[in-house]
Amino acid sequence: MSVFGLKDLGTKIAITALGFSLIPLIALGVTMYSMFSSTYHSKVQANIATLAENKRQGIDLFLREQVSQLRTLAYSHTIEDLSSPETLENILTTMQLSSKTFIDLGLINEEGVHVSYSGPYNLSQANYKNETWFNQVMVRKIYVSDVFEGFRGFPHMIIAVTKQEKGRVWILRATIDSDIFDSLVRWLQLGDLGDAYLVNRAGELQTRPRFGNKSREIYASFLGGNFSGAKIKEFEDGNKKIFVGGIWLEEKDWLLVIEEDMRGELKPLFKTQAATWGVMGSGVAIIIIGTLMITRMIVSQQERTSRQQAQLNEELIQSSKMAALGKLAAGVAHEVNNPLAVIREKAGWMRDLLEEEDVKASPNFQEFEDAVNKIEQHVERAGNVVHRMLGFARRMEPVCNDLFINDVIKQTAAFLDNEVKFRNIEMVWKLAPDLPTIQSDASQIQQVILNLFNNAIDAIGRNGHITVTTGVDAASKMLSIVIRDDGPGMDKEVQGRIFDPFFTTKKVGEGTGLGLSISYSIISKLGGSIRFESEVGKGTEFTILLPVKHHE
Amino acid sequence: MSEKNGVQIVPVHAGPRVLVVDDEQDFVETLVKRLERRGFEVSGVGSGQEALLLLGKERFDVVILDVMMPGMDGIETLREIKLGWPKTQVILLSGHGGEEMGMRGMAYGAYSYLLKPVSLKIVVETAYMAFEESGLR
Repeated sequence: MSVFGLKDLGTKIAITALGFSLIPLIALGVTMYSMFSSTYHSKVQANIATLAENKRQGIDLFLREQVSQLRTLAYSHTIEDLSSPETLENILTTMQLSSKTFIDLGLINEEGVHVSYSGPYNLSQANYKNETWFNQVMVRKIYVSDVFEGFRGFPHMIIAVTKQEKGRVWILRATIDSDIFDSLVRWLQLGDLGDAYLVNRAGELQTRPRFGNKSREIYASFLGGNFSGAKIKEFEDGNKKIFVGGIWLEEKDWLLVIEEDMRGELKPLFKTQAATWGVMGSGVAIIIIGTLMITRMIVSQQERTSRQQAQLNEELIQSSKMAALGKLAAGVAHEVNNPLAVIREKAGWMRDLLEEEDVKASPNFQEFEDAVNKIEQHVERAGNVVHRMLGFARRMEPVCNDLFINDVIKQTAAFLDNEVKFRNIEMVWKLAPDLPTIQSDASQIQQVILNLFNNAIDAIGRNGHITVTTGVDAASKMLSIVIRDDGPGMDKEVQGRIFDPFFTTKKVGEGTGLGLSISYSIISKLGGSIRFESEVGKGTEFTILLPVKHHE
Repeated sequence: MSEKNGVQIVPVHAGPRVLVVDDEQDFVETLVKRLERRGFEVSGVGSGQEALLLLGKERFDVVILDVMMPGMDGIETLREIKLGWPKTQVILLSGHGGEEMGMRGMAYGAYSYLLKPVSLKIVVETAYMAFEESGLR
């Protein structure tokens, strides 16, 4: 499998794993958050509605009390008493002892003329005949005004009741301290930024809100028509988000507006949101890190496996190639050897005949003899090739003995002492002293090592080093023999073919191209393996691994 | 056949009687001529059956026998020879370098096993040794 394919696999695994873990996580987070959010929203809205309801009851109660107090006053005193400014003054003073709600009191006759007045303002001569509220009270008998400026030039509200006595209608009127009313409305705020105020049907403010000017838009939607109970909505103005609650009073055509800062109210929600995002974020981070780690592990495992697989395949291909070529070699050897034997005998017969006197006398005797010599020489050469081929093909059972591999190598190298000296090649020995003995075939191992030494010497030519290292391979627990030369090395093309039979880089007649294939099959039969590394310009290193015990 | 030529001259009466068996006619022909030149009494045949037939008529000390032959192969022929003429020594000759074949041959009582192409010198030496062996029995 190519590296690209593995990367692709890694991406696929990562995407799948991330998809299957992140999507549920995010869905869970979003669902939980939105459910919590909507629950919390409705809870907050219910709170505000309850608050608005309570407050409305309070305000209604207040207004009802003021009206009934005024009515009690009107009916418990005669018009005569009330007409006297002194009596009126007494009544107001008495009332103000307990509550300063009423600022002034006034009695007005049918013509709208102030009959008597008690209070801080000079309104004795005021005539209300043309005032709206005057007409209203005459019709409805009880009247609570909007806040207006009236004769005094500053906002106030009045309540008025009528009384019939001596066939005439009288009006008792009181002014309510708007500060007290304001504070009543504002009483019990929800949060730091909460607000409460009253507006009339026209949308005019009836009490002073806690904070500045109110935009009409905040409560405009509540003004359309009366409704029972509280209505809550969310209002957004620039960066300010608020809950707005509206409820109509029962006693008066006024709308109670309650504002609550959303941020204050929703603080726990925002905390939850932050926590949700935090947990989700770290969850996502952990999942991504975990996925990447697992993906990398899987990919590298896969890479290892496919590398091993490729190596195994290569070895398999190599050994089946060997087997096929072995059979072929055996067949060819037989077919070639018979004619070679005939040629040899014929040449031999010619040589026998050359011994005859008459032939010896021939002027071409020398030519004949040379030709016969050459024929025999080349039959010999061809015969050698075929015999080596047969050696390669032969299925010889190895003879196993206990061997000290270092001794085997040393003995083998001794064959080449002269050659090595002649070529000025230095042998570097790095033999591990405490190697276990192995059960193997000494002569076959010698054949392989001799072959590798020969190749190394041929590769170096003159002046170089051959390093021989033995040891125990840590991974496979096999004995290792490493033969390294500092010759010219091999290029990739040569590297791919060196174990192929009849492949040689040597001159015609010098190498058969069978050495390494035979070595390969010998080492395989002994249960070991042979591999090499080579770099052009640096040299070549062959490693033989042999099992300590020969497998049966 | 003169001594000057350096060819080994063997007295005819002591000369080993050799039978060459090979399906390769050219080989048999040449080997027969060359062995005769070296003092052997030699006959040549092209198959195992012919060899057994001839053995029935004449005495041979040594049989040089090709292993791979059509029809009756070398090993079969060897067994027949060893059954009928135990004193006759058999040298197996093969172009097929099967060690196993050689082993089998030796197990059935062959005197030696030679690989083609083999030099005549070795054939002659081996034949002499085999001849001496046959004399001892």
